[in-house]
Amino acid sequence: MSSSEGAPESWISSFCSLMGHEFFAEVSEDFIEDDFNLTGLQSQVPMYKEALEMILDVEPEDEEDEEEEEEEEEDEDEALGEDRPFGYRRAGDRRHTRVASDLSVIESSAELLYGLIHQRYITSRPGIQQMLEKYEMQHFGVCPRVNCNGCKVLPVGRSDTPGQETVKLFCPGCMDIYTPPNSRFHSVDGAFFGTTFGCLFFMTFPDLDIAPRLDSSLSSMSRNASQSASRTHPSEELESPSPEEQPLEINGMRTANLCPGLGRGKIYEPKIYGFKVAEASRVGPRMKWLRMKPRNINELDEATTHERLANMNEGKGQGSDPRGADKDGDTEMNAAQSQEALIANRKKAPMRRRRVLGESAPSDQMSVQADMG
Amino acid sequence: MMEDFNSETDSDYTSYWRDWFVSSRGNEYFCEIDEDYLTDRFNLTGLNTEVPYYQYALDLVTDVFDLDADDDLREQIEKSARHLYGLVHARYIVTTRGLAKMLDKYKKLDFGKCPRVICDGHPLLPMGQSDLPSMTTVKLYCPKCEDIYNPKSSRHASIDGAYFGTSFHSILFQVYPALNPEKSLRRYEPRIYGFKVHAAAALARWQDSHREDLHWRLGEFDMAHRFIEESESEDEDAFEYGEQAPEAKGEKVAGDAASGRMDLGN
Repeated sequence: MSSSEGAPESWISSFCSLMGHEFFAEVSEDFIEDDFNLTGLQSQVPMYKEALEMILDVEPEDEEDEEEEEEEEEDEDEALGEDRPFGYRRAGDRRHTRVASDLSVIESSAELLYGLIHQRYITSRPGIQQMLEKYEMQHFGVCPRVNCNGCKVLPVGRSDTPGQETVKLFCPGCMDIYTPPNSRFHSVDGAFFGTTFGCLFFMTFPDLDIAPRLDSSLSSMSRNASQSASRTHPSEELESPSPEEQPLEINGMRTANLCPGLGRGKIYEPKIYGFKVAEASRVGPRMKWLRMKPRNINELDEATTHERLANMNEGKGQGSDPRGADKDGDTEMNAAQSQEALIANRKKAPMRRRRVLGESAPSDQMSVQADMG
Repeated sequence: MMEDFNSETDSDYTSYWRDWFVSSRGNEYFCEIDEDYLTDRFNLTGLNTEVPYYQYALDLVTDVFDLDADDDLREQIEKSARHLYGLVHARYIVTTRGLAKMLDKYKKLDFGKCPRVICDGHPLLPMGQSDLPSMTTVKLYCPKCEDIYNPKSSRHASIDGAYFGTSFHSILFQVYPALNPEKSLRRYEPRIYGFKVHAAAALARWQDSHREDLHWRLGEFDMAHRFIEESESEDEDAFEYGEQAPEAKGEKVAGDAASGRMDLGN
């Protein structure tokens, strides 16, 4: 991507090919050369000018070889720094004589500056396109969660301020973040990817099929397993969304892409000898809510739910419900889900729960039999 | 390597094969099965049909193997011995002694840490999705988020899940309920330029309402369950955290996003 392709390796491409920097995209020089894109970075990066020059390979001595080997370059730099001031294309008037220790400072400043530019670049049109290519080639790895079935992940930060947390991996299948498995990423700053990138990426490419195909990187044994898993589940998956009722889009996302790793059949159910661990047990399951997703995705349409509820409260609700035909009382469920109704409807909750449990019971018996048989 | 498993041997009888097995690379998840347990035929019920060369394999595991076999046969028997060991292992680790041994390994982080960021590196436990051999590979269960993950190392990704079984981790916490970690209601909130993303936030609200239902159901059993965040802030009404907690957790989880936003401006 870098414009200096073919020439001796640029600082940017050598930075991106360093061990542990596999997640980085190569920021195009055009992007860096536009001062608007660098607004505000000057105050965040020490030795900003020098760092910027290093990134852009403006100094002739930087083009000689890998900039990472500071020891070699220090003496070179001292010698050349004064001899060749003409090398400064951009800041010709700023002729700092470099002390040896400066170079390592500049180097780390350059890395910081590059990271901060990178954070902005990957949310720009060319940058996000470049990350799409990397994503599709699975450069960032897959979700470690078993029920996400090898969903491809994206690098994100939990903070936009550098020096706070290392890079994490965002899985669109479960909307959660994970620590990269390889420890070489544990020293990469999360701010170099930023908090925005993960979600913006999937909103930029809404038609991307994020649901994973059965993955070839898994061992043959687990492939058999996932095949057998998909053989036992289809009945569940076919019955779960009533297709004619499901909207194509919900809350600005394609329904198919809204957390395909969550919901029925994707929640781990702890069992002892084939029997589910009771919720009433002191150590029973308490975290299932984290992996839940409504079977009827319309339950997430809060505006419609709210409107219907308001209508019902005014006593003219029945006729105006567009989805009144939902089977097994989803209307009531919708109403109960709504936040406004939460407290008022708390008494209804156990009844609703029992019905839901009743529905899931047959399939669970089957899975028990499958386990035991 | 020799030092590592000395603590595992509990008889003065030196068990060479098992010592070698549990200390060899890739078998870090296994604990050493007691001699007594292996020699009690009752514990091996049904395994003779499952394992080829059963008797030889058992002899090898218990170090009484003295057959002059050619390399091919030896390899077969060796393979059977590993399979047998794994299957017995699944039974052994739900016994009192086995649980204690696995608990030690759990505390030493032998099974790794949860990859989920919000779980903060909580120790994992090995488990299988099936009790039948060669169905699925071993998975790792995080007691904090109650979900299962793939082991990150490929040398563990080929171990059969049936060598640990579906029930072990649940039994462990039934037996040692005090060790059950406090659950957290924090979660990752995707944000774009500091603003929550609607689809994710709507789903989170829906999930929160189900968590509230869970609270209510548990209340019916007189089980006052509290998440970490709730026990930390005493003044918070247990029934209203649905509205309040997202704010509090927003501060913790994504609070730094806000500071990041400020930085962009200047």
